[in-house]
Amino acid sequence: MPGYNNPMGNSPLEVKVISKRFGLPNSTSLDVYVQHEGYQALKKALAMKPEDVINEVKNSGLRGRGGAGFNTGMKWSFVPKQSAKPRYVVCNADESEPGTCKDRPLMEYDPHQLIEGIIIAGYAIQSHQGFIYIRGEYRYLLDIVDRALAEAYAAGYLGKNIQGSGFDFELCTHTGAGAYECGEETALLNSLEGLRGYPRIKPPFPAVVGLYGGPTVINNVETLSNVPHILLNGAEWYSKLGSPKNGGTRLFCLSGHITRPGVYELPMGFPLRRMIEEIGGGVLGGKKLKAVIPGGSSCPVLTADEIDVAMDYDSVAKIGSMLGSGGVIVLDEDTCMAKVAGRIMRFYAHESCGWCIPCREGTSWLKHLFDRFHGGGALPDDPDTALDVSYNILGKTLCPLGDAAAMPTISILKKFRHEFEEHVKLGYCPFEETPVLESK
Amino acid sequence: MLSKSLLTKFDQLISRYPLKRSAMVPLLLYAQDEIGHVSEEVIAEVARRVDVRPIEVVEVIGYYSMLHRQPVGKYHVQVCTNISCMLRGADEMFEHCCKKLGIKNKQTTPDGLFSLEEVECLGACCGAPAMQVNYDFYENLTPEKIDALIDDLRKKEPRSKM
Repeated sequence: MPGYNNPMGNSPLEVKVISKRFGLPNSTSLDVYVQHEGYQALKKALAMKPEDVINEVKNSGLRGRGGAGFNTGMKWSFVPKQSAKPRYVVCNADESEPGTCKDRPLMEYDPHQLIEGIIIAGYAIQSHQGFIYIRGEYRYLLDIVDRALAEAYAAGYLGKNIQGSGFDFELCTHTGAGAYECGEETALLNSLEGLRGYPRIKPPFPAVVGLYGGPTVINNVETLSNVPHILLNGAEWYSKLGSPKNGGTRLFCLSGHITRPGVYELPMGFPLRRMIEEIGGGVLGGKKLKAVIPGGSSCPVLTADEIDVAMDYDSVAKIGSMLGSGGVIVLDEDTCMAKVAGRIMRFYAHESCGWCIPCREGTSWLKHLFDRFHGGGALPDDPDTALDVSYNILGKTLCPLGDAAAMPTISILKKFRHEFEEHVKLGYCPFEETPVLESK
Repeated sequence: MLSKSLLTKFDQLISRYPLKRSAMVPLLLYAQDEIGHVSEEVIAEVARRVDVRPIEVVEVIGYYSMLHRQPVGKYHVQVCTNISCMLRGADEMFEHCCKKLGIKNKQTTPDGLFSLEEVECLGACCGAPAMQVNYDFYENLTPEKIDALIDDLRKKEPRSKM
């Protein structure tokens, strides 16, 4: 389609598991899917005990690919065996984390893989209904998934008595309408219930009290897309693809000042330096690297000295950041970190749902503070004030959006403080091509 | 006036959910797709369909950035200026759109053809800088591509409207 970009980077270093069917002609069709192992995992799962399906996923080391990185099988195991209210599976396709564009190709090129993963999840927790919550802007993907769902129903992979197993499962799409906060699992549930997307207090967690008050498993698109492969090839195979306790592969999105931007499927634990240099072809234009955001804008930034890290949840957490959503954003030596901090804060201030004071007021104040660095009028105290505001948001909010604003801010202020001080000293941005000098 | 096919779609959407209220946002968005904005008539009809008071629909609309209570242009140009796009020249693309269309953020051209909005991450980070026109993606933007697209959309309009 004109204007659209196929983001897949196709590097020889990739290990293709969930992206392996992407290049096939008509990859979205049920026929092609079935010709390439499609719905074999579901058949296998339906012959297993639900608890055994959960254990297989637990042992695989699959962790939430939306950003939080919690062990998926363990999350499923929290669903109570007895429940007065119906259980639900919700797929979080609200992909909105800046720097992240990996769920998009998963739905665009292999929707049946996702659908199969959701049905298996439903069987594992003995749920009979699921929803795929797709962000409003992804309308063309919702249409693709709807077509795949229709095919799946027609072939008996959805609906009553799936493949003669006696298991019923209904699945449909649900459109969002523009709200980053609705990617937070409890805000998503409120949105799905027809309310404003405010988050809920946890505990109780969705696995116990979720959609319409019933036990709900809510997982990211990429997480669920991995499930059929785990069932087909086994937990051990999957866990060995990655690093200990961080099984499998993941889709990384390389963007920003990188020579070869794109989505690449790599083993968990792949070194960040190699990702930037070998996969991405290094910094655009051969410039020097200044910083990297490793997993979407909510993560603390890494300096150019900190990129010798294995890209898995535990290794990145150890150096004070997060693997997050897989959005690897590369910043070159000419990037103004104050401008970056300002744009990120503008995003969080805009998307803050407004429910709690530290986030609502704090993100707004941070936005105003950072704007001062480019409008003139930044005070020498401003970096410390911004740090103070950030620490008063961190850990004091109802949902992680507040932390998502505070953490990158704190890291930029600490690691690039000299840039802010330079702005104050000069009265203009040292990185602007033609700085406008205020006549005093 | 909401079309018969839209009202049929309303029925079909509501039937998916154990709770009618869940259909509220999808109903609003599909209605907006058809008539251009969320009008008073749409609010009243959606409220009736999902068994809530109109004020409860109004309070939900305000939360979602894609729902507009006032008409926007026939072609709603949404330019991402978030971080990955910003690093690849999104600010310049947005400025170019302002100049090309002769309007600013959240404004509509006098002929009602185009409106412009600076938006957050669209999930097109590897094709940055990017924008959407209504639901269509336009990635790897340059000023030339933007000009060609706008000119093309203008050409499609019947002569009498220009």
